[in-house]
Order: sequence, then C-alpha cells, then structure tokens
Amino acid sequence: MKIGAPKESFAGESRVAMTPDSALQLQKLGYECLIESGAGAKAGFSDAAYEKAGVRVVSAAAELYAQADVVAKVRPPTPEELKLTRKGQLLISFFYPAQNKELLEQAKEIGTSVIAMDMVPRISRAQKMDALSSMANIAGYRAVIEAGANFGRFFTGQVTAAGKVPPAKVLVVGAGVAGLAAIGAATSLGAIVYAFDVRPEVAEQIESMGAEFVYLDFAESQTDGAATGGYAAPSSPEFRAAQLKKFRELAPEMDIVITTALIPGRDAPKLWLKDMVEAMKPGSVIVDLAAERGGNCDLTVPDQKIVSDNGVTVVGYTDFPSRMASQASSLYSTNIRHMMSDLTPGKDGQVVQNMEDDVIRGATVTHDGAITFPPPPPKIQAIAAQKPKEKPKELTHEEKRALEVATFKKSTRNQVGLLAAMAGFLLILGSFAPASFMQHMIVFALAVFVGFQVIWNVAHSLHTPLMAVTNAISSIVIVGAILQIGSDVSLVKILAALAVLMTAVNIVGGFMVTRRMLAMFQKS
Amino acid sequence: MSLGLVSAAYVVAAVLFVLSLGGLSNQESAKRAVWYGVVGMALAFFATLLTPGVGGAWLVLLMAVPGAVGGAMLAKRVGMTEMPQLVAAMHSLVGLAAVFIALNAEMEARHVAGLGAEARAALTGFAGVLAHKSGVELNIMKVEVFLGVFIGAITFTGSVIAFGKLAGKVDGKPKQLPGGHMLNAGALALCVILGIMYLSGAGLWTVILTAVIAGFIGWHLIMGIGGADMPVVVSMLNSYSGWAAAAIGFTLGNDLLIVVGALVGSSGAILSYIMCKAMNRSFVSVILGGFGGTKGPAMEITGEQIAIDADGVAAALNDADSIIIVPGYGMAVAQAQQSVSELTKRLRAKGKTVRFGIHPVAGRLPGHMNVLLAEAKVPYDIVLEMDEINDDFPQTDVAIVIGSNDVVNPAAQEDPNSPIAGMPVLEVWKAKQVFVSKRGAGTGYSGIENPLFYKDNTRMFYGDAKKSIDELLPKIA
Repeated sequence: MKIGAPKESFAGESRVAMTPDSALQLQKLGYECLIESGAGAKAGFSDAAYEKAGVRVVSAAAELYAQADVVAKVRPPTPEELKLTRKGQLLISFFYPAQNKELLEQAKEIGTSVIAMDMVPRISRAQKMDALSSMANIAGYRAVIEAGANFGRFFTGQVTAAGKVPPAKVLVVGAGVAGLAAIGAATSLGAIVYAFDVRPEVAEQIESMGAEFVYLDFAESQTDGAATGGYAAPSSPEFRAAQLKKFRELAPEMDIVITTALIPGRDAPKLWLKDMVEAMKPGSVIVDLAAERGGNCDLTVPDQKIVSDNGVTVVGYTDFPSRMASQASSLYSTNIRHMMSDLTPGKDGQVVQNMEDDVIRGATVTHDGAITFPPPPPKIQAIAAQKPKEKPKELTHEEKRALEVATFKKSTRNQVGLLAAMAGFLLILGSFAPASFMQHMIVFALAVFVGFQVIWNVAHSLHTPLMAVTNAISSIVIVGAILQIGSDVSLVKILAALAVLMTAVNIVGGFMVTRRMLAMFQKS
Repeated sequence: MSLGLVSAAYVVAAVLFVLSLGGLSNQESAKRAVWYGVVGMALAFFATLLTPGVGGAWLVLLMAVPGAVGGAMLAKRVGMTEMPQLVAAMHSLVGLAAVFIALNAEMEARHVAGLGAEARAALTGFAGVLAHKSGVELNIMKVEVFLGVFIGAITFTGSVIAFGKLAGKVDGKPKQLPGGHMLNAGALALCVILGIMYLSGAGLWTVILTAVIAGFIGWHLIMGIGGADMPVVVSMLNSYSGWAAAAIGFTLGNDLLIVVGALVGSSGAILSYIMCKAMNRSFVSVILGGFGGTKGPAMEITGEQIAIDADGVAAALNDADSIIIVPGYGMAVAQAQQSVSELTKRLRAKGKTVRFGIHPVAGRLPGHMNVLLAEAKVPYDIVLEMDEINDDFPQTDVAIVIGSNDVVNPAAQEDPNSPIAGMPVLEVWKAKQVFVSKRGAGTGYSGIENPLFYKDNTRMFYGDAKKSIDELLPKIA
C-alpha cells in the first residue's frame, strides 16, 4: 500500500507528517511512501532529501490524495481537503472530533476512515504514538524560549564585576507534559521555578524536575488524575477561589508566568486574571500555552504578542510546535510511524485496523462509513488509581512526649529484665561453681558482649569475608590441641595431632581466602 | 617463655582478633583487618607452642606444615562461586577438631586420675592443669566436655551435609526420615540422658555415643532444610563452631579460646538473625525446615509471561539512563558475573547510571553476591543493599533481574496468603521496565509462583544467564 503526506495547507504551519527518516522506517513496514513537493521545506527537509530516502515526490495534493491509500497529516483536514479523500482511504492526523462535528459527519459521508492522533489513549503501550505529549513537550520548551526572548534579563542569577543579577522567578501553571517540559527548560537555564497543578499527585513529578510545588492550603480532597485518564478535571468554586488567592499572592514576585492549564473538551480556565497582570512588574512576561482554547490569561490575544498597560508582555502564540518545525516534524512523524507499525501487524504493507485493540479503537473516529467516536472506555486504566494515603496523625507535643516516655520505659523494662535474668542465672551458677570457673565466665560474658557490639557494624557486603575470617579464627582450638599433644596417652596424642592438622588447614585456608576476597573489592 | 609472657601474648592476640572483626565495617579497613587476624593467630600459635610444659613441638610442626600447605592450596584454587561450600567444609573441620579435643580432655583426665599422688605432682602442661582440679571443678569440666562434644559433632555432620547440598553432591530438596522432628527430639533426649549418666560417673562410652547421636542430629537437621535457606544454616554452623571452641576453652581453662569462641559464636548468631529478618521468618521455622503454613489459597495470577530477545533488551538498555541489576543465585550458577561486569562497564562507558541491588539472602551465603561481583571487578560503591536502593526503583528506566526469584517476588507484599508474605523484597516491578533473565518458565527453587513475571512491564529473557548476557554485549555499542 502507499502512504502519503501532503503539504499542510493551514497558514503558518511548518510541520510535516513524514520525514526522510520516518519514511525509511515506513518502507521497512512494507509501505511505498509519497510526499507532496515542498511539504517538508519549512521544516528543513528538501524534496531531494526525501527522494534520497526512496520517497516518491508528487507535485500536487490532489494527485497525492488520489494515489495514496493512507494519508498522514498534522493539522485536521479542511473540508476541501477532506473532499479529496475517498471511501476506504485512511486518514491519520490531529482531528479533535469533539470540536469538529461537521468534519466528522463529512468523513462519514465520504466513507473515509479517520484515525485521530489526539485521541490515542494515554496508556503505557501507546506512549510511543502519543503525539499530544510529544507536541506538548516542544510547546513547553518553546514557551520558555519565547519568554526568554521577550524578557529583558538573565534567567540565572549572577554576581559579576558589573553588578549583581538576581535570578528570574518563573511560575508554571499546569504541570502536564508541556508544563513539565517548561519547568525542565527553565530550571536548566538557571531560573527559580515554582509550579502549580490541581492534581496533587504531580507534586512529586514537579519536584523531580527541580521546581517547587506551590501548595494550596485547601481542605477538600482534590480528585486525582487517575479517574480522568491522567488529565485535570474542573475544580469546585471554593477551590478556584483559593487558587486565585494564591496566584494573587505570587503575582508581584514572578518575572515569567507560563500557563498550560487545559481541561479536556472545555475552554481553557481563566486563571491569570487582569488584576494579577496589573500586579506584575513591568518587563515581566506571560506565555499562555492555552491561547488556542481561549487562554488562561484574561489579556491573551490568540496568535499575538501584546504588551499590557503596565508593560507586561503577554505571548498568545498558538503555534509553538510549528515554530520548531524540524524537531516537531521528526517527533510527530515518529508517532505516526509507530501508529503505522501497530496498524501493520504483518509488516507486509497491509493496514489491518483491528477494532479490538484498545489503542486503535480509541483513536479511530470514523470507520466503514460510521462514526466511532466517542470510543468505549479503554480496558486498561491509564494510571493506577492512587491508594488513599493515610496521613500520619499529627501528634501534639504532650502525646509525643508520652510516646517517648512509653518507649523509653518499655526498652528500659526489657533491658533491666534481661539483665536481671542474666544476673540471676550467674548468681545461681556462682553459688555452686568454683571461683576459677567464674573467672572464665566473666571473660566469656564480656567476649560475647564485645562480639555483639563489633559484628553489628560489619558491612553487609562483607558478610562472606566475615564468615571466612571467623572460620579461620575459630580454629583457635588449635591452641587446645597443642596443649594436649604432649600427653603420655598415645590415643590423645594421635587425636590432638589430627586436630592440629585440620585446624592448620582451616587457619591458613581461611585467612588466605579472606585476603583474596577483600583484595577484589575496589572502588570505581 | 614464662607463663606471664604467654598470657601477655594471649591478651594481645585477643585484642587483635576483636580489631580484625571490627575492621570489617568497611571495605578499606577490612584489608588491614585480615592482617590483624593473621598476626593474632600467629602470636597465639607460637606462644602456646613455647608454653612451659608443652611437649611435642616437633609433632605439632609435622602436622601443621602439611595442613598449612593444604589450606593454602585450597584457598588459591577455590572459585568464588564455590565460596559457600568451602566455608561449610571448613566449619566441619573445626567441629571435628572440637570433638577430638574434648574427647582428649576426658581421656587425659581419666589417665591423670589413675596416677599416684607423686606422679600427679610431677605432671606438667595440660595434664598438670587437670591434676590440680578439685572434684567440683572436674564435674564442671565434664559438663564442658559434654557440650564441646555435642556441639562439635552437630557442627561436623551438619557442615558436611551443608557442604554436600551447596556443592550439589547432595540433593538440595528438604528430606527427612519418617518421624521428622520427633526423631531429632528423641535423639536430643537420649543425649541428655547420656549426659546425666556421664556426669554421674559412667564410662567414656557415653561421651562417644553422644558424639555419634549428635552427629546424627546434625545430619538429619540439615538434610531437612532446603537449599534456599542455606545462608541461615551456614551462619548458624559458623556460630556453633564458635560455641564449640568456647566450650573447649572452658575445659582447658584457656581464656583466649573462650574469648575467640564467644566472638565467633556471637558473630554467627547475629548473621543468622540478620538473614532470618531478611526473610521475615523466625530462626526456629528456618531450622525446623520448610515454610510456615499458608492461611489460604494463593492469589490468582492473571496475564502471561512475555518473552523478549537480545535485540529487544539491548535496544531498551541503549535507551535507558538508569539501570539497576538484581543478581541472584542463578548468576552464580551460570558463572555469569564476568559477563555482567563487562555489561556494566559498557553501559557505564556510555554514561548510564548502573547500580546493583543486593538482597540480604541472595545467593547461598551471606554477602555471596558482593563477593562474586567484586571478583568480576564491579566497583563496590555501585553495589547497594536492598534498603539503600529500594526507593530508587520508580525512577529507574530498566531493572534487570539475573537469576533471582523469591527476592523480587511482589507476592510478598501483595498476597497475604503467599508463603513468603511479609518478606522484604526488592521492588523491581516499580521500574519502568523489567527484564528477567531466567532459564525457563517454571517456578524457582522454592516453588513459589512469581507474579512479577506476569506484569505488564516485565519481559522474560529466557536462557542461560551467561549466554544471554554475552549475546547482549556486542549489541551495546
């Protein structure tokens, strides 16, 4: 079968759904690859590069649609583009079926099968085709770069001969893939990064990226992301109020604010209100990654960069991935390629659209002249539901004290009890045994005690050498054998001699093998 | 050499032994510590040899020299994977020597008792010590002789069986004669009766018979313990060999023997305790063999074991940033430690973080894996204990399990009915991806199903560990 990628018709779109690299991989799956002339030009892939990778360059979109069995695109098709498709043809692109009802109807009428890359379920197996994540990753990174370009200062704090530079403070709202990528980019530039998310379980991820999680003092338990497939859910009015209050507090300190808050299937929540922008210092920058869906910031104008009355730059671009077309194309085309390899179980260039497969079923929005959106819930949950964490009860000072006293008393009781028992035993022994024996007993008890104290400190990794060396040392019974060997009784002499022989083997063997082992341990 | 000098030498030797054990607290000081032990032992040996009244130095040297040569040859030749059986074999020698020495004490005492008053006064050395003992002291000595023989004999036969099991010469499965532990209890009771008879004046035969019966107990007890519990057994026998030495020390009135015996005894006891704790089992249940009774049916395992080939593993390793390797007895059996080391070297050369997670009871000897990895020149600072590394698995890209099974079994945490429920385990399944190198699809040594093999993020890399890893090596470029 043939797979083709047309030139994106959307104004300003620079990405392309197939790169020379991905084409090579697709050919390995048994597909013949087509590309519309000039499709990769803006992403830095010339027609010649495609030809070199064995891709046939087609001069016009119509021709490509006519020849290809599978069409791979980035942006959702326009109605005109969709008209070029035919019954039984497979179209793979971003589609946003929930927002594009007419387009969905049209595809159904024509009979085109559509796989929406934005509908790939978020399960581990499907990560390799999760184009939303790979694009969000780029958007997050680019947001920091855009912010830096519009920000008049360093990110990192420096003390130079020409004066001290304070580090930039960055707030990232919404720690999804884009948010985490932004945190990573901003921290590696040296900024102090704070991050906020309504899902409490991401605090760990935020901290692992080097940012500080902004905790909200709010009692109501927040729903964790597991119930919504890893995405955020709308929050209650009280929660929202608490959230805005916190943002108002933070606004005057922040130099750069990057908002990425999106709730699936809804307009972006307004989180950075006008008064917060007004509270910010002149020269500060807001980058709104949710601009396409109305923006998180009141002042955001989609696709534009504006400067507020108090000198705060608000960046509302909606094409961050496209601004890094080369990187975005190579990631997106890899997502497509993984999708194709799942669609081609036989590696024979034949598409098998297995509607039993969770991933393929989830992403398919029209098939065989029927709308298959929304898909049934996936059989596997995206993220295991978080077990409710039992919060250790905060102890009052008195309780803590009481507990300490109790443990102290208990250990004292144990120790004293043990000592008393030992003393009792020794007293009984002492009242019968002669003094010479008791002297040895003292030595014995002390040695056991010393042994316990010493051995507890032995490193775990040295337990085998410990066994070998104690084995050698326990052959100290050789001393006993030597003392007996001078006996007049010949049987005693023989047995003692044998004991000397055996223990000598042990002593030398034990020590040497220990030495051999220890010599092997080395630091890297 | 005067008696005072001898005692002084003993004090120094005892201090050196304590330092020698204490020095094992870390790898660097350990290298020095072993020399303390050697010097201490040499001091004790020569001081005893030069003690006034000790005859037969020529005989001692005659026996000690070939023994030393034999020991040296053994130590040079033995492979690091054979360490467990070597240690067990050596314990058996100490046990047997203790039995001999205790019997000697009894025979010598009888000989001395038979002499006239003048002859007794003229006695020197050990016989002289015996000659000056009062009636009560002689009775106490009898108790000590009895204990020395009893513990020594158990140590001897127990160690021989442990050696056989570890070396694969005896079947590793738990086996017992009909009657099981009742037989042991009966034998023990018999020994107690013999002991009482011996104390009340019965002949030498009671002690010899005790040695035989105790030998039977040692044999039967260890036969009943499965191969997986050998770390506990070996450290327990280590402890016994120490207590036997201490008992001999009491018999001979020699403080050095008492001190060293007590040191070794307590060391073995602590090791056994640590091992038992690592398996979440009581010492008694290990010694009595088998796992404790389960409280219900084991949890159903759903899913399937998915196999993967070397290319798949290599690709995942090339992509990974952080890798944790969990070796087990399977690595020792396949002699794969050199290949694992080479793999580690290559991965580290590519700038990846590679670490090892060692479970306390991995292998057949406490710390066995550490020694094998050290032999293969894996630096010890990347070899970590379970507690040090367990929290890091969630941030790890790839965990490779090489020949371990029970120590990575999630059933210990998830299934309250599992025979190993509650045992601390390495939480490898929390890593993003887990590869299990294993010979086949069956259950391991303990016969417990391992749900890890069925997890979504687990792939089974079947085959002999060494061969599998060698296959990987050229692919990690």
